[in-house]
Amino acid sequence: MSKRKLTDAHLPVGECITQVQEILRERLCCQKLPDRPEGVEAQHKHLLELLKRTAVHGESNSVLIVGPRGAGKTMLLKCVLRDLLEDKEVQKNLLQVHLNGLLQTDDRIALKEITRQLHLENAVGDKVFGSFAENLAFLLEALKKGDRSSSRPVLFVLDEFDLFAHHKNQTLLYNLFDVSQSAQAPIAVVGITCRLDVLELLEKRVKSRFSHRQIHLLSSLTFPQYLERVRTQLSLPDDFPDGKFAEDWNASVKTLCEDKSVEDVLQRHFNSSKDARSMHMLLMFCLSRVSVSRPAIKPADLLEASRLCFADAKANMLHGLSILELCLIIAMKHLNDVYEGEPFNLQMVHNEFKKFLQRKSNSMYNFDQPVIMKAFEHLQQLELIRPVDSSSAKIQREYQLMRLMIDHSQIMEALQKYPQCPTDVKQWAMSAFG
Amino acid sequence: SFLNMEHNICRSALQYFMIIYPSIFIYGHRASGKSHVMHVLLKELELPHATVSCVECVSVALLFEQVLLSFFGCDAASLLPRSPSLSDFVRIYRQQCSQSPAKQTRYIVMEKAELLRDTDANLLPALLRLQELDNVTIILLSEIVWDKFRPNTGCFEPLLLHFPDYSKGELQQILSQDRHPSYTAEFYSSYINILLGVFYSVCRDLRELRHLAALNFSKFCEPLAEGKVKETDTHKLWRNIEPHLKKAMQTVYLREVSSLQWEQMQQMEEKESGALRGLSAHTHVELPYYSKFLLIAAYLASYNPARTDKRFFLKVDRFNFTPKNLLNHLLGPKPFPLDRLLAIFYSVVDNRVAPTASIFSQISSLVTLQLLTQVSHDDQLDAPKYKCAVSMDFICAISRTVNFDIVKYLYDFL
Repeated sequence: MSKRKLTDAHLPVGECITQVQEILRERLCCQKLPDRPEGVEAQHKHLLELLKRTAVHGESNSVLIVGPRGAGKTMLLKCVLRDLLEDKEVQKNLLQVHLNGLLQTDDRIALKEITRQLHLENAVGDKVFGSFAENLAFLLEALKKGDRSSSRPVLFVLDEFDLFAHHKNQTLLYNLFDVSQSAQAPIAVVGITCRLDVLELLEKRVKSRFSHRQIHLLSSLTFPQYLERVRTQLSLPDDFPDGKFAEDWNASVKTLCEDKSVEDVLQRHFNSSKDARSMHMLLMFCLSRVSVSRPAIKPADLLEASRLCFADAKANMLHGLSILELCLIIAMKHLNDVYEGEPFNLQMVHNEFKKFLQRKSNSMYNFDQPVIMKAFEHLQQLELIRPVDSSSAKIQREYQLMRLMIDHSQIMEALQKYPQCPTDVKQWAMSAFG
Repeated sequence: SFLNMEHNICRSALQYFMIIYPSIFIYGHRASGKSHVMHVLLKELELPHATVSCVECVSVALLFEQVLLSFFGCDAASLLPRSPSLSDFVRIYRQQCSQSPAKQTRYIVMEKAELLRDTDANLLPALLRLQELDNVTIILLSEIVWDKFRPNTGCFEPLLLHFPDYSKGELQQILSQDRHPSYTAEFYSSYINILLGVFYSVCRDLRELRHLAALNFSKFCEPLAEGKVKETDTHKLWRNIEPHLKKAMQTVYLREVSSLQWEQMQQMEEKESGALRGLSAHTHVELPYYSKFLLIAAYLASYNPARTDKRFFLKVDRFNFTPKNLLNHLLGPKPFPLDRLLAIFYSVVDNRVAPTASIFSQISSLVTLQLLTQVSHDDQLDAPKYKCAVSMDFICAISRTVNFDIVKYLYDFL
């Protein structure tokens, strides 16, 4: 759609909704880079400065971008690169090598990848010739030959930087940092990692060659700022084709953020995690409920989305167990209460269950040991119980010690929602001493 | 066709998020319709996809091959080197994408995704981010919750969708759809009702229930075929089938007998059938006389504390009380040295028997039959230790055949 500021253009509701969905989806799923990354202006400036010094002035540099998952590290780097490459000179000269610790699990693979991406002479098409030592020598040769004036600057981006620190002898890191310290071809080494203690992982000789420059992306949002961020993320931009619809939408978003129940929900989310990704996940769930018949986001939508985000997966799985399996879990809970969390085996659980059956008048659940064993094994397959140690060779299955991986409160929650739960089972669960 | 509202909600949620989110994690009990809904959706919307079952892909090479094959054909799959790393896969995938760019999002569906945790540590986090490469969405299906998948340093969190399980009414509806054409729907429904009445409290797995329904239907129809009852005589039909289903629970449900044996047994006359020969060794092993006593002695050695041997085995009579607590029986068998076994053996065997090689070889046979377990290491020849691996019922049956009252000699039953 062309950007027209015609405020009196009207589109049918269906079309508007589709447009809204598209715009907001792109924003929330980070498929499009924002023009200005919010809240990280200082870091953006710092990184851009640094990379400009390498790209334009030929100075070698190294920096680490550190921040928790979903803080926007890769996004920051992409924005900076986009701004950097606006300069025609830089676009012509700068060489980029992108590595990822998850893919390049070995220095050998990493070296081959670097050779490929730089299109060095020992790489023909896809194949890289030579052994690890030869490749390394070739690369270092190529980098050493240059100097500030005559060679092109190279940018090395190492994603999941902490994984590179686990390679043997940290050869790649050592060599890259070594080149960045000596007066050779200008390179910039940018590492991205989620570990705050990444410097502890580096060997002494590698650490000494690193410039110790770190850019931290630790969110320092306050709750009012967080609320404001939610509002801006949900608001439509000015260039939306149907001006009236956009106005109504933005007004409804504003009232939504002022609603008390919505504020409580957002406070809960803010308390558990401030990062952008979990906020976006919540807003995505809200957005999924918007349709032609419901063209605005209501507080109920946000409450439902929050419920989905905070849903307990294990309690959901407990809902689908058979009655026998549920009774076994309750028996295990009682054993945990009496013996304070000591591990148990099937015999003990069966014994506990039999005590419950003796009190009931009918013997509806009086199953044989093998049937109980099968139910027990199903629970083990669902990983709701786990063996204490994995050496199951010399111990019979029914005597293998296990631990329950579900909490007391999760069991009680599941019992409330369990369909057609017999009352005596519920009472047994809630009684104090089994 | 989807049967319930919850499934439809899941389906529309899936349809919405599939297009946008890089990775989706669908969890729910087995046979709750996860794969089914997934495949129907992909087929209806005609989306390019690759389905991988992590059970089949024992090595990552098979996984990569399968994906490349489904999207780009066997030429692309053959470009993979011999033991490809994830880096190779990503490189070839990128190349192929640039050669044949995707007009829509591609989908990779991984079933039994819990097995991905046992492969290389980098595979799962890398797959969750695959969308950064090209327009591809990963969908993981599993019965284990996502909390057990998360790597140590975190990863890109996928969207979590729960597939709810079927209620009893829904199970009834689905199972009734398998009805036999020559009988009415109500007749089959009443059969399913009876089947669920017996099995629902034990098992809610749709596949198991369907299997049981198929196996036992002919027996259900037997009185009808013989003309003894009419279709509407539900009570008589129930009386006929209920003991049969209870027996099925102890045998076919536990896979103690194969489904073939079960069907054959149903075809034979009731008088001739005799006992079903189960699969486990315990049901049809016949031991020599001294082996039985060795086994009894081993059981006593495993379940009595060593300090109590004196009171039992010095030939003094005791009364038989009901057990106050079965502590030793709950904890499992304890190991005992060979000397203790032989001491108890000589005490319980009534006639004098010399410690010949045949006695010792019977001990080894018991170990081979897995009725005893050897606890000590193979190289400890002078003091081997054993444990008794049989259940209370089995040893009582054995004791009865040699007229030995084992309960009198067990500490837990004092």
